[in-house]
Amino acid sequence: MKNITTLKEFACTPDRFNGGHRLCPGCAHGMIVREVVNATDDDLVISTATGCLEVCTAIYPYTSWDVSWLHIGFENAAAGISGAEAMYKALSKKNKSYNPDKNVKFVAFGGDGGTYDIGFQSLSGATERGHDFLYVCLDNEGYMNTGAQRSSSTPIGAHTTTSPRGKLSYGEKNRKKDLTMIMAAHGCPYVATATPGSKHWKDMAQKAAKAISTVGPTFINALSPCTTEWKFKPEDTVEISDLAVETCMFPLFEIEDGHKLTVNYKPKNKLPVEEYLSKQGRFSHLFKPENRWVIEEIQKEVDRYWEYLLRREEAGV
Amino acid sequence: MATPKEMMTTWDKIQFGAVLPSFEDPANKVRSKFNSYNYKVADWRVEKPVFNRNLCIDCDFCWVFCPDSCFEVEEVVNKRGKKQAKIVGINYDLCKGCGVCVEVCPTPIKSLLMFSEFVENDEALKQWPKKEDKKD
Repeated sequence: MKNITTLKEFACTPDRFNGGHRLCPGCAHGMIVREVVNATDDDLVISTATGCLEVCTAIYPYTSWDVSWLHIGFENAAAGISGAEAMYKALSKKNKSYNPDKNVKFVAFGGDGGTYDIGFQSLSGATERGHDFLYVCLDNEGYMNTGAQRSSSTPIGAHTTTSPRGKLSYGEKNRKKDLTMIMAAHGCPYVATATPGSKHWKDMAQKAAKAISTVGPTFINALSPCTTEWKFKPEDTVEISDLAVETCMFPLFEIEDGHKLTVNYKPKNKLPVEEYLSKQGRFSHLFKPENRWVIEEIQKEVDRYWEYLLRREEAGV
Repeated sequence: MATPKEMMTTWDKIQFGAVLPSFEDPANKVRSKFNSYNYKVADWRVEKPVFNRNLCIDCDFCWVFCPDSCFEVEEVVNKRGKKQAKIVGINYDLCKGCGVCVEVCPTPIKSLLMFSEFVENDEALKQWPKKEDKKD
């Protein structure tokens, strides 16, 4: 496990995910992927589900990846990586000389569409079979690559093209699926949430380092603010991630062995959710008087979930 | 059978089970010509960040939060004998001008500021706000 203490030391890591990709300006995908890839010195094999990340980093003839990289369909990033991992194990067993000079680690990246909805069966299967890999979900709360369709990660009230706001509609009507808890229920040795917030780079890098070094299936759910479809200015990416944590819309916690929950960051002053919602254009219609009740609902749900996390941490079960 | 890295020497000799070695040699600044590092996204931006070395405290926040990895760092050894990264400049071929680096810069007078694409960097450094300006 790579020891990450100070940013000054961490910044000496040579980049294995290079710039020049065509992600939008201010896209958080770049920040998250760089931190995860730099969080280990071992050789990496990466599989990426179809999505913004895959489309933008591998445009012929250029590639941004300086590691073994596998592009695979929307639904089977986890299946691809578990196949690669099984082959690596089988070859090491068969041939004594197939001994790498460094460990090889396996990482899969998927968007929220490729994780919450389409890729869920392969992720669930790979977790159940117990392959040794890390799955990182880059959660931008919708199918942003194809122009903002709703996914099961879209929160209540958000405007997307398939859950539009209007005279009678207040946007998305279903609540966000709690995938982190679902993955913990699979019995993964390590499950965590992360954001690219200004105080939380270390939290994310350490979680990635820990998850990569843990044997067995591990999962990180990383909130990735999308400047284009959440409708905020590109320079606010980090601020939005901060607000998501400060308002407890996206709390930072980790679960070990499927049950031991630790809340990694407790905001001193829990901000009201309006602070987070008002910064984003996709929630702007909620501030009309007739839609105010949706904000109250969101606040209630956030409070309930935060209390649940705190109580569960306290109980230690 | 060779080690996974040796199995991948060139593209035409790739074997099953090979793990790609790094194509980069940061020490000699050698990069594969197919690395997107060689691609230019400079025409995406309207405003560019300008870096003022004199105000920089080497916190490396801009390095970690830059989504396009355009901050060039140099490894130096500090007074305590530990290695640390020193920001030396911005790679304007990779910068898309999102402005995240300016937002996260923690110094009282920011060591990174956005300027119009048409302002020369030397000219921008002369226009930098002074301490007195901030109090007003």
